[in-house]
Amino acid sequence: MYDIVVIGAGVVGGMIARELTRYQLSVCIIEKQRDVAMGASKANSGIVHAGFDAKEGSLKALLNVRGSEMMADVAKELGVHYKNNGSLVVGFTDEDIQAINGLYERGVKNGVKNLRVLSKEEVKALEPNISDNVIGALHAPTGGIVCPYMLTVASVGNAMDNGAVLKTDFEVTSIEYTNGVYKVSSPTETVEAAYVINAAGVYSDKIAAMAGYGSFTVTPRKGEYMLLDRECGNLVSHTIFKVPTKMGKGILVSPTVDGNLLLGPTSVNIEDKDNVETTKEGIDAIVAGSTVCVDGIPLRSVITSFTGLRAVGDTGDFIIEAAGDHFVNVGGIESPGLSSAPAIAVYVTDLLAKMGMELKKNENFCPTRKIFRAAESKYHKVICRCETISEGEILTAIHTNPGAKDIDGIKRRTRSGMGRCQGGFCMPYVADILARELGTSLLDVTKFGGKSNLLVGKVKEVQA
Amino acid sequence: MKHVDIVIIGGGPAGMAAAVSAYKAGIRDILILERDQHLGGILQQCIHNGFGLHHFGEELTGPEYAWRYEEEVQKLNIPYKLGAMVTDLTADRKVTYISEEDGEVTLDAGAVILAMGCRERSRGALNIPGVRPAGIYTAGTAQRFVNIKGYMPGKNIVILGSGDIGLIMARRMTLEGAKVQAVCELMPYSGGLNRNIVQCLNDFNIPLRLSHTVVQIHGKDRVTGVTIAKVDENRQPIESTREFIECDTLLLSCGLLPENELTKCAGITLDRVTGGAVCDSYRQTSAKGIFSCGNVLHVHDLVDFVSEEAELAGASAAAYVRGELSTNGRVIAVNPTGGVRYTVPQMLYTEGGDVKLFFRVADIYNNVTVRVSDGNNIIFEKKRKKVAPGEMESIALKADILKNINGDNITVTLIKEGEKA
Ligand SMILES: Cc1cc2nc3c(=O)[nH]c(=O)nc-3n(C[C@H](O)[C@H](O)[C@H](O)COP(=O)(O)OP(=O)(O)OC[C@H]3O[C@@H](n4cnc5c(N)ncnc54)[C@H](O)[C@@H]3O)c2cc1C
Ligand SMILES: Cc1cc2nc3c(=O)[nH]c(=O)nc-3n(C[C@H](O)[C@H](O)[C@H](O)COP(=O)(O)OP(=O)(O)OC[C@H]3O[C@@H](n4cnc5c(N)ncnc54)[C@H](O)[C@@H]3O)c2cc1C
Repeated sequence: MYDIVVIGAGVVGGMIARELTRYQLSVCIIEKQRDVAMGASKANSGIVHAGFDAKEGSLKALLNVRGSEMMADVAKELGVHYKNNGSLVVGFTDEDIQAINGLYERGVKNGVKNLRVLSKEEVKALEPNISDNVIGALHAPTGGIVCPYMLTVASVGNAMDNGAVLKTDFEVTSIEYTNGVYKVSSPTETVEAAYVINAAGVYSDKIAAMAGYGSFTVTPRKGEYMLLDRECGNLVSHTIFKVPTKMGKGILVSPTVDGNLLLGPTSVNIEDKDNVETTKEGIDAIVAGSTVCVDGIPLRSVITSFTGLRAVGDTGDFIIEAAGDHFVNVGGIESPGLSSAPAIAVYVTDLLAKMGMELKKNENFCPTRKIFRAAESKYHKVICRCETISEGEILTAIHTNPGAKDIDGIKRRTRSGMGRCQGGFCMPYVADILARELGTSLLDVTKFGGKSNLLVGKVKEVQA
Repeated sequence: MKHVDIVIIGGGPAGMAAAVSAYKAGIRDILILERDQHLGGILQQCIHNGFGLHHFGEELTGPEYAWRYEEEVQKLNIPYKLGAMVTDLTADRKVTYISEEDGEVTLDAGAVILAMGCRERSRGALNIPGVRPAGIYTAGTAQRFVNIKGYMPGKNIVILGSGDIGLIMARRMTLEGAKVQAVCELMPYSGGLNRNIVQCLNDFNIPLRLSHTVVQIHGKDRVTGVTIAKVDENRQPIESTREFIECDTLLLSCGLLPENELTKCAGITLDRVTGGAVCDSYRQTSAKGIFSCGNVLHVHDLVDFVSEEAELAGASAAAYVRGELSTNGRVIAVNPTGGVRYTVPQMLYTEGGDVKLFFRVADIYNNVTVRVSDGNNIIFEKKRKKVAPGEMESIALKADILKNINGDNITVTLIKEGEKA
């Protein structure tokens, strides 16, 4: 029996779990996938928003500004790449400039520091590659970029270093509550806990309903991206937004912390909570949307495309509430959920205290990760040639909490296979290392858990 | 910093042939740096035969061909390091590598030969919509799994792209018991060698769908199928021709990209068409003392020509180290036009001796004349019955022709039948 179980190992669940291990609590994190960061937390823009977007007085506004102020320190503690590159919202028409002035005022009310409205000349001086049609922009120097999946991996890992237990391949299908004990079950396993936190992303409405607290719905809203080769990462240094619309912040152009150039996302409401297909329409929209803002985007250098699903709640705000006895919903955490995650964690902990949970400080809490180190020479043995990733780094990824178990897990943790050849060369080598370290057959190695096995059999044993 | 007369980056057929040639030209202080655990490069996994017809006059398999050179490297005691990945190169020839044994080391090279080969174009570069399940591999990755590791990446296969590796893998997978549903090629012709189309597809009744592409990938965990469609003359898919094919694997054979990251590090000028360095008739790049050969310079379909080019680069590097590389005479730029996509070299010297000019064409043409002119005069002509993008062409220009070139550039062009220009 645990004190508390957190459902969902995204950045929100991870940050909450880590925050809880600052206290003398036994924490269990449950995740239906084989790895952490398999939902929205792996496929988003990675922007640490300054906080001028969300409506004043909303939870989004409050937690975004707080979270963004916390981010640099949290990322540093967890050893995750973060860069304070600043954001620009660029305008091309008089209406845009009106909207920009509106954002400026909202930002000031939300407590965002150092906002400024720039003239055309100032914009071009900051970012020479922005289209000549620009007539002004909002500059938010506190905006930043962070690696979203590594923030998730590191927060879950650090929670584990401090005693939390992670259970993967555990899809919650029922939640029962009797005599003050929650039984959280998958078809094959049950975990008991005094408190439950529902941080299941696009599925948070389903989890709430399972527990009998289904007061809200979450609609998946698709966002597609294109990622360009590192050689294009210098095209712009700030994150370049267009003026936002009802459907979101529009197609942005931004460097990533790892030096690639990111274009996207699109914004389309869909029904299927698992539909992460990229589409031709999406790709066309990204190209159209990004090229009007920034000149000279080398579209030939696209190395991959991907899709994330925003968990859009029906209240217009984050849904963070004590839903029932000892049960907290953290649902509808759409953008700026990544930016807000560290602040959400503190907010939820405060909420638990109000609900009567006893919070005694854990004197042994260590805010930095325990990193596995392989033999020194292994760090000079290159496996991924595009990103120069060594066998040592891959061993570190496998043996540091939460250990990578599949090809995509290694890729997210080390960037092996994320470069321009997209794993064409290193994938067979990584598969060998995984099989060896995990003591399994090469046939059991998967791309991302489930039935995503790489190979179908041995030569001579396979028949079509 | 340790000095080495000639550092060769890459121990594939190009790197080994360059080393042997530099040795024979009298240089002893040579070092081959190879990141793999073996010499031989991509040939190690090409276990089919068809190598060496031009160079050795017999048909060898890839590993056999590589072995001929490896044996020679061993016999001559030419030093090489395995598991040594070069991570940086400067224009003044500082070469940095890392290896498990040595850690990070920077060498000061008298001359450098680039022989890093090429890599396959990945799916991202192709932008196919859909999901990203397991079961999408480049043909080379599949080849490695099957030929080196002995595992099958799938049993029901569609191949996108009719490059040589894709064609070879269509046959290989079929022989290993898999079903190859189709090979789709965006262009109206295959980019592969004709002999591979006959021997790898036709002989096994595997359909080659020209002017077709994959427009969507299906499946959640594993590929369950692809949708293909015919494309119009602008290579845009035609909606009404969409067709679903059930399969568990999509192999990509959509072209090779020369691996020139290090070349870029050194600020060497690249040719937009070949993706390799711009070079002169000695295979010297825009950085003095840095030479390039093999697939890193331009993608070859036959390894025989890789060896030939590498021997030239090796001998040139040796001459450079001894201060004997003669770049005398005027510099002549070679301009490809009228159906000729690129030439290698892109530059030559009027006093540099005989030059063999390699080039590729943009389309399939029958009964053409290859013409070289210097503005005023036609200086060379040769008739060809058939030329195709998949097969590299070459012409030999004699020293005395070059001596008499007027101006500072020549054009290489195709005069098509009936065209009188
Ligand atoms: C396109 C896009 C762009 C975005 N851009 C930004 C941005 O730039 N800046 C920003 O601040 N925010 C951004 N966001 C928002 C941010 O990504 C999310 O707010 C954040 O990742 C949400 O984290 P999460 O942990 O709530 O959800 P998720 O990461 O989705 O995690 C939920 C987890 O719950 C698991 N789960 C679900 N059901 C079950 C079950 N039954 N049993 C067990 N486990 C289950 C899932 O597998 C998943 O791992 C963006 C989002 C999208 C989609
Ligand atoms: C599937 C396939 C089928 C083919 N079929 C035929 C055929 O039937 N007949 C024929 O004649 N030819 C064929 N070829 C062509 C022939 O194999 C190639 O042209 C030849 O291998 C190219 O030689 P290379 O040395 O330039 O490149 P590679 O063989 O690719 O060698 C390059 C070497 O450089 C190393 N390297 C790269 N970067 C670094 C670095 N930074 N540091 C250290 N080392 C590095 C690589 O590890 C590699 O070993 C085929 C090729 C393929 C892929």
